[in-house]
Amino acid sequence: MAKKINLIIDGIPVTVDEGTTILHAAKQLNIHIPTLCYHDDLCVAGNCRVCVVEMKGARTLPASCAMPVAEGMEIMTNTIKVRTARKHIIELLLSEHNAQCTTCYKNGNCELQSLAAEYKISEPTFIDLVPLKNYQIDAFSPSIIKDDSKCIRCQRCVRTCEELQHVSALGVAYKGDKMKISTFFENPMFEVVCTNCGQCVNRCPTGALVERNYIDEVWDAIYNPDKHVVVQTAPAVRVALGEDLGVPTGEIVTGKMVSALRRLGFDSVLDTDFTADLTIMEEGFELLGRLKKVLVDKDSSVKLPMTTSCSPGWIKFIEHTYPEYLDNVSSCKSPQQMFGALAKTYYAQKRNVDPAKIVSVSIMPCTAKKFEADRPEMRSSGFKDVDYVLTTRELAVMIKQAGIDFGALPESRYDSFMGESSGAAVIFGATGGVMEAALRTAYEVVTGREVPFDGLNITPVRGMEGVREASIKIEQTQGDWKFLEGAVLKTVVAHGLTNAKKVMDAVRAGKGDWHFIEIMACPGGCLGGGGQPIPTSAEIRQKRADAIYREDAGKTIRKSHENPEIVSIYQEFLHEPNSHKSHELLHTHYKERQRY
Amino acid sequence: MPNNFLRRVDLIFDEDCNLKDVLKSTYQRSNDDIINELLESGLKGRGGAGFPTALKWKFTSEQPDADKYIVCNADEGEPGTFKDREILFKVPFKVFGGMAICAKVIGAKEGFLYLRGEYRFLLPELENQLKVFHSALNDLGINFTIKIVMGSGAYICGEESALFESMEGDRGEPRNKPPYPTVSGFRKKPTVINNVETLVYSFMIFRYGARKFKELGTADSRGSKVFSISGDTPKPGIYELELGMTVEQFVEEFGDGDTKAVQVGGASGFCVPRKKFKDTIIGFEGVPTGGSMMLFNSSRSMYNVLKNYLEFFEEESCGQCTPCRVGCQQLKLGIEAVKKGERHAVYLDQLQKLAQTMKITAKCGLGQSVANSFFSIVENFKEEMIY
Amino acid sequence: MAETKELVKTLADRHGRTRESLIPILQGVVQQERYISSEAMTEIARELDISAAKVYGTATFYSFLDTQPRGKFVIRVCRTISCAMRGKSLIIQEIEDLLKIKVGETTQNRRFTLLETNCLGWCHKGPAMLVNDEVYTELTPERVRDIINEYMNK
Repeated sequence: MAKKINLIIDGIPVTVDEGTTILHAAKQLNIHIPTLCYHDDLCVAGNCRVCVVEMKGARTLPASCAMPVAEGMEIMTNTIKVRTARKHIIELLLSEHNAQCTTCYKNGNCELQSLAAEYKISEPTFIDLVPLKNYQIDAFSPSIIKDDSKCIRCQRCVRTCEELQHVSALGVAYKGDKMKISTFFENPMFEVVCTNCGQCVNRCPTGALVERNYIDEVWDAIYNPDKHVVVQTAPAVRVALGEDLGVPTGEIVTGKMVSALRRLGFDSVLDTDFTADLTIMEEGFELLGRLKKVLVDKDSSVKLPMTTSCSPGWIKFIEHTYPEYLDNVSSCKSPQQMFGALAKTYYAQKRNVDPAKIVSVSIMPCTAKKFEADRPEMRSSGFKDVDYVLTTRELAVMIKQAGIDFGALPESRYDSFMGESSGAAVIFGATGGVMEAALRTAYEVVTGREVPFDGLNITPVRGMEGVREASIKIEQTQGDWKFLEGAVLKTVVAHGLTNAKKVMDAVRAGKGDWHFIEIMACPGGCLGGGGQPIPTSAEIRQKRADAIYREDAGKTIRKSHENPEIVSIYQEFLHEPNSHKSHELLHTHYKERQRY
Repeated sequence: MPNNFLRRVDLIFDEDCNLKDVLKSTYQRSNDDIINELLESGLKGRGGAGFPTALKWKFTSEQPDADKYIVCNADEGEPGTFKDREILFKVPFKVFGGMAICAKVIGAKEGFLYLRGEYRFLLPELENQLKVFHSALNDLGINFTIKIVMGSGAYICGEESALFESMEGDRGEPRNKPPYPTVSGFRKKPTVINNVETLVYSFMIFRYGARKFKELGTADSRGSKVFSISGDTPKPGIYELELGMTVEQFVEEFGDGDTKAVQVGGASGFCVPRKKFKDTIIGFEGVPTGGSMMLFNSSRSMYNVLKNYLEFFEEESCGQCTPCRVGCQQLKLGIEAVKKGERHAVYLDQLQKLAQTMKITAKCGLGQSVANSFFSIVENFKEEMIY
Repeated sequence: MAETKELVKTLADRHGRTRESLIPILQGVVQQERYISSEAMTEIARELDISAAKVYGTATFYSFLDTQPRGKFVIRVCRTISCAMRGKSLIIQEIEDLLKIKVGETTQNRRFTLLETNCLGWCHKGPAMLVNDEVYTELTPERVRDIINEYMNK
């Protein structure tokens, strides 16, 4: 057990574990200390200095986020010294900051703005440095816009990119007055190793890093009477959208979201969960096929372990970092792109709509999906399969713009077809979900029985541990799958690219004897995606995950292959998993990119 | 008044000492004995901060880690300071010797000398001297090696934790403290980091004993110190002087007869105006200094002096913390605006308050010390700032 | 380009391939090529398996790790107070006239680059300057002319 430390904060005694910072000790007393560079998910930087406090006997004011408690310490968080210092620091940050708040995308959701409001900063005290700075805006990426004039150099993005994602596309460059957050040689984000995951966007306190938004483009399509606008919503959106619309964290708002989308004017409100189920069919059979080719046919051109391919941040990461393993990546497109390809083919045919008139919009918890939709690989319908990708946050903005009282909306159901889904699809939104969904189907295909887990809940692949392994013994196989009799299927799940790297390094070193690997670029999986409501923290992500598993448990259909719309699409259109038609529309290959 | 207090000393450059003899006799002593002698001497760090050297060694020696390091800070970048260069040029073996003694005390097998990039020309000869030193250690059966690490032009790397970052191949950005280097320094291992001059004095204390050192100076500022003297003086250069003199005594010796101010401790130090010469002692009881003494006569504009310092800081701040990065820019632009009449003179009060905030909130000692010259120049030469 | 690649490899062989080797390698590239090109940084990132943005971030932190093309001889005149008081402006003026470049520029023949730098540690003998690693102190316009002329013939 940790040693206990006694200290006094604002006259109140408190006992905390050794190693606790003053900031956290104060939190235990419900004393709020303002912060900017501090973030729960990241290592302590102590560079903004806004969280300074007075410490008895000390000449200087320590940063409470970086100062560990000590026995007998006396801290004061609200004195004239502290107040003056914090005000100065906020004023200094504002003097360097392009404070045109009314035209800022983050207006109303900016930590610097809130602090300035809290401290009632009025007349600028100091000289405006912005005109002297030659600040640049990088708007080349389809996913992320970086505006240096809004940057307060807290380095949360840099730490995110390095610690959580092991990408380090963003770093700190130069020093002194010229210090800035920069990519390699200040190249556009679009041209460097950035995976577009948007985790930096989730953690940027200001408007320096934001998603590239397509709100106006989508409104234009909706207003255009010649266009048939189809919208799909990703699994993780429904467990987070409410956070931006006044609903408590962890509430599932699927029904209200569907109602809202109809009210916005989309012609058809459909579900990415449908193609998540389809992904399970395609990817599950791909895995079984690979196992057969490797184990029975001894075909050395077929690679194992197979990794998932749903996460576009992961795809770009592997293209840059482990290109020699691109053949190990499932050839399945992501559910978004499967949906896009089908919207302008299957859907268009069945609904008798000219695919040229279809505008396909997706609502994603993700910024990388914007990049994915723009990939040249994603035009198998003969058109751009997905025209516009909106993040959860952008959808919330549109709902507010339309004057909809979200909380008061009735619940409604997705349109049919391509709107039905199973519980297996719902859990795609959480780390381990794709693995669990795939196992539910694959095990049953091979053995004719349900996975041997209580209530179909494959708990070993759930949770927030960075890397989780699970194995499942296959017995009493049937039909073509006899070759798997007695085999132990080994799987591993990783979320956050730093954890992905751990898994891939193990594979490269020959240390991981897994058959199937699920990787999601974002911490917690899609529910913690770069397009989700801000802020994010482990606690928030856990609440979203709990919501996802609740939704799954409440579904009558829990397995992808039992989704009746999936059964029909194979009967009517695709014939069977991994068919020629499937390959044409739903599968693809990726190419190596530069690592350095 | 006879200048009887200003005493030249010759400890640092004194060549009457043999490396092997000093090391041999010191290595025979117990670590406690060594630390006690150093403690007895009263030696405080000569880089400017003035932490008792013996305590640094003691704290590090008490750490249980297997790997510990002794690092010599030769990143002399404070404007007006150039004594370390001279020491490394003339008596590098004493620096190495001081490191070897520290290594014994703390249990280090490796030492590093971080040499500023501006002194690269010293490198070939230092490497030669190091070979001689290593062979001497070999003769004595001492298992300790020193490696020279080159800086590349960054004042902030003189800050100890920034220096470790730089040695580890990173940007020289100061770390949060605690932990202090004695617990977590280079490679996050317990590390003693001493200034060049401090190491030489340590070595000389074991050459002559603490007493000889302690006889010099005052209660708060024991011993002597090497001063780098520049500016408006007929005899600029390097002088080793006993601590405890007043600025007046100093000016009498080194001034040009028209001295109006002395900047003690470089750009991050304090400006002492003529009216305070008499009452200001150079040392830890008055104005502490890493050795930089710049004299200004009445032909100089103190506005220009301050502006030059602020330009220096604006560029040499590492840029990570808000008060230092933005504060330096604001102080510089602020005095310019007042001088040009774009801002009213009362804006100087606002800037003084800002400097006070920088002094108490900047992440590292260097950011905190920008306020020193700002305060002391603005306060004492306000007219020059405005007109 | 192939040469840079070779140089980086040689330097990595000499200094090692850990993070601690980064600055020595960057210094080695500067010694050889006078600046660190984007190609050189990419190669260093590859050899050390660290992010290119980190290499860039580290290089741009240090004044002597130039990331802009520089001349064969890089002149750095000290601009800090003591040298400023002793007439560094005249020295710069003289060099600018001689080389027909301004501070921050490089001559067309890529022989000389003129820069200002912070305290060189020769305050008692100002004005001072570095030409690459070589120090020159107590400069006068006449002396600086002789020095530059000497380099012109090198």
